[in-house]
Amino acid sequence: MLAKTAPHTAAEKRGEPLLSVRGVQKIYQVDAGEIEAVRNLTFDLHPGELACLVGPSGSGKTTLLKCIAGLMAPTSGEVILSGQPVTSPPKDMAVVFQEYGRSLFPWMSVRDNVELPLKNAKMPKAERNKLVHEALEAVDLDHVPGSYPWQLSGGMQQRVAIARAVAYQPKVLLMDEPFAAVDAQTRADLEDLIRHVWKTLGVTILFVTHDIDESVYLGERVIILSSSPTVIQEDIPIDLPAERDQLTTRSAPRFTELRGHVYEQIQIAKRGSGADTEPAPDAEPARDAAGKEAP
Amino acid sequence: MRLATRTAYLLALPILLILFWWVTTIGSTSFFVPKPGELSLTFVEVWFGDRFFEDVVPSLTNLVFGVLLAIVLGIGLGVLIGSVRWLRALTEPTLEFFRAIPPPVLVPVLMLLVGINDTMKVAVIVSGAIWPVLLNTIEGVRAVDSVLDDTARTYGIGGFARIRHLVLPSAGPQIMAGIRQCLSIALILMVISEMFASSSGLGFTIVQFQRSFAIPEMWSGIVVLGMIGIILSFIFQWTERRILAWYHGLREVENAG
Amino acid sequence: MTAVVASSGNGGPLTRKGRKRRTRKTSTRPLLGLAGIIGFLLVWEAIPRIGIVNPEFLPPASEVLIVFVQNLGLTAFWVAVMQTLISWGLGLAIATVAALVLGLTIGSSNFLRKATHSTIEFLRPIPSVALIPLAVLLFGVDRGSALLLVIYASFWQVLIQVLYGVADVDTVANDTAKSYGLGRLARVRYVVWPTALPYIMTGVRLAAAVALILAITAELIIGNPGLGHQIALAQSGAAIAPMYALVLATGMIGVVINFGMRLIERKFLAWHSSIRGEAIV
Repeated sequence: MLAKTAPHTAAEKRGEPLLSVRGVQKIYQVDAGEIEAVRNLTFDLHPGELACLVGPSGSGKTTLLKCIAGLMAPTSGEVILSGQPVTSPPKDMAVVFQEYGRSLFPWMSVRDNVELPLKNAKMPKAERNKLVHEALEAVDLDHVPGSYPWQLSGGMQQRVAIARAVAYQPKVLLMDEPFAAVDAQTRADLEDLIRHVWKTLGVTILFVTHDIDESVYLGERVIILSSSPTVIQEDIPIDLPAERDQLTTRSAPRFTELRGHVYEQIQIAKRGSGADTEPAPDAEPARDAAGKEAP
Repeated sequence: MRLATRTAYLLALPILLILFWWVTTIGSTSFFVPKPGELSLTFVEVWFGDRFFEDVVPSLTNLVFGVLLAIVLGIGLGVLIGSVRWLRALTEPTLEFFRAIPPPVLVPVLMLLVGINDTMKVAVIVSGAIWPVLLNTIEGVRAVDSVLDDTARTYGIGGFARIRHLVLPSAGPQIMAGIRQCLSIALILMVISEMFASSSGLGFTIVQFQRSFAIPEMWSGIVVLGMIGIILSFIFQWTERRILAWYHGLREVENAG
Repeated sequence: MTAVVASSGNGGPLTRKGRKRRTRKTSTRPLLGLAGIIGFLLVWEAIPRIGIVNPEFLPPASEVLIVFVQNLGLTAFWVAVMQTLISWGLGLAIATVAALVLGLTIGSSNFLRKATHSTIEFLRPIPSVALIPLAVLLFGVDRGSALLLVIYASFWQVLIQVLYGVADVDTVANDTAKSYGLGRLARVRYVVWPTALPYIMTGVRLAAAVALILAITAELIIGNPGLGHQIALAQSGAAIAPMYALVLATGMIGVVINFGMRLIERKFLAWHSSIRGEAIV
């Protein structure tokens, strides 16, 4: 009922997908045998989309993200970025990790952290300075370029990581539960920051979270994952207005409705185990997406 | 006021100890323990002059060469071994064995292999002092944080840039701890390589003084060695504080939280 | 949480152990290590045989190993080993006790800590080998000279760690103990000692390695009886293969001491590891 309002996302009409996840499966070898973390996942991301991947904790969200980022090879299936299969971390992609304290180089100042990837890409100095400055300005941190990351609060550190990703000018920005470790107030600010960055820079964002509210508030589309082994439970567009703010958006009836729907799906996902679950009546798009295209 | 208290804390005990030494030796004619004044005079007489250039400078040159070589080789090999998993597994037990050999026994071995000359002395220092640097570097390289490593990979930072910006700084605290041990072993080896097999250098000269019962001269030599140790330690601490400023800051923040 | 979990050598004594455990999964590891040792011995065997180094200066591994094994059946060899180990153990024990008493006293008083800081920092880096002439003068080839060097060198290692450990005592825990009326001695027993113990163990482990170095040095340079002296004798008597065999033996003793110390540390701190593990990582 809910998802039917816009059959598939508007993005799909834009032609070629930017990022394509095709039948990705990941099996870990452990002492006790095999653990299937992700089973046959398929979805597309079109240029300029902001999609949230939401799933119960313990679903293979991080595994999936690592496969997409080229940090880990899937057991089967493939990830395609701009028509090229991803086998190692691609140039056009940046990742923001949850553990901000461990993803910033503690021996470099804020500025150097943001600049390093650009320097490494042999970008001329003038251009580099400009990009670093703009990125720090965008996350409202242009007043602390000389500080070390560990001198900043958790929220500020995560903003440095976001600035670094933004300055890198990726086509796709992957975010792995980036706000799971910051306090609620900071989190709200950071969510608005992401919406802002997305709108002004037109970057494609795949945002992984376990927070239902966050996924609905942030996303133009929410992809609901089942628990491990992970399949897509449902893929729904979020038809909230483009201008969102913490107060009005979160109290809008449509927001509540969507959130309730996602919540319900997650509960169903938790109860059943992955693909064995009977799909909920609303979950048809999910069945399509996770369809039998894999070889 | 605070400066005064700090100075008092800094100097009170050393001054007291010297006073105690001075008072107890005031009327003594002990053969073994020189008086403070006598010792300082001897110190100036013996070491300010030709002997400084004949004994101290060559010994220190060997020491500096040996230490630098040990550090460069230790870090270089350590980064290589630490980054390649199978190489690490292959070499670790052998390296642990070499580390466990008390370095002084290398003096007679290298005397045989190299002969008695400055090369031997440098070789002794390198072969004894390299292990803490090497093994600590391996350990540090191995312990690079996985998230940091993933971050570097996603930004395409690989090869030399990865070593320069990720591996070396992150192993820095471990490497510096290794260098600290390397320095004290190197100093020990410098002295005993000269004591065991040499006809020049600080160690040799001090033993000569002792054999000829030139007691104040011998003591002054002990003072020189002590001063070298202290100066080395200061240079190390000064450098370490600069290189690892980020690390000490981080630790402080963590401990406060 | 932190980018650098690495202990800086002085710091967390148990981090190393924690990491070791993680890497043990792969069962090929010990095999590769064994292959490394065999490979090293093969290279050693080949170098003098091919003639890269004159076999008179570096005998092939097999010759040295044969002498090494023969040594194991000789009383003289074991006497030398015992002599070295007695200097080592006695010196280490005296240094540890002295450092514990001094360290706990200095560490538990703010005044003493500040007043002794400069002196300790000044005396600590003085190389113990500087005392060799003095030791010879005072004790000659008696065990006393070896003990002097061993004690001086290992004393600082333990003392510094004791001071770190006492400084690490949680002020809240200490105040709690105070508020329950625990006296100074009781606080040392129940609050300071348990906190400092891991540090002390690290200090003793480091001191054990240093003590062996100095025990051998005294034997080699001064001529105190023991393995080091045997090496000097073999060297001056041009008994090259025996000399290398003795060098191997000192290495084996070093390995055994390192391994034993880690084992003791682990055993002593088994109850402590979970708490500390949390605190460090």
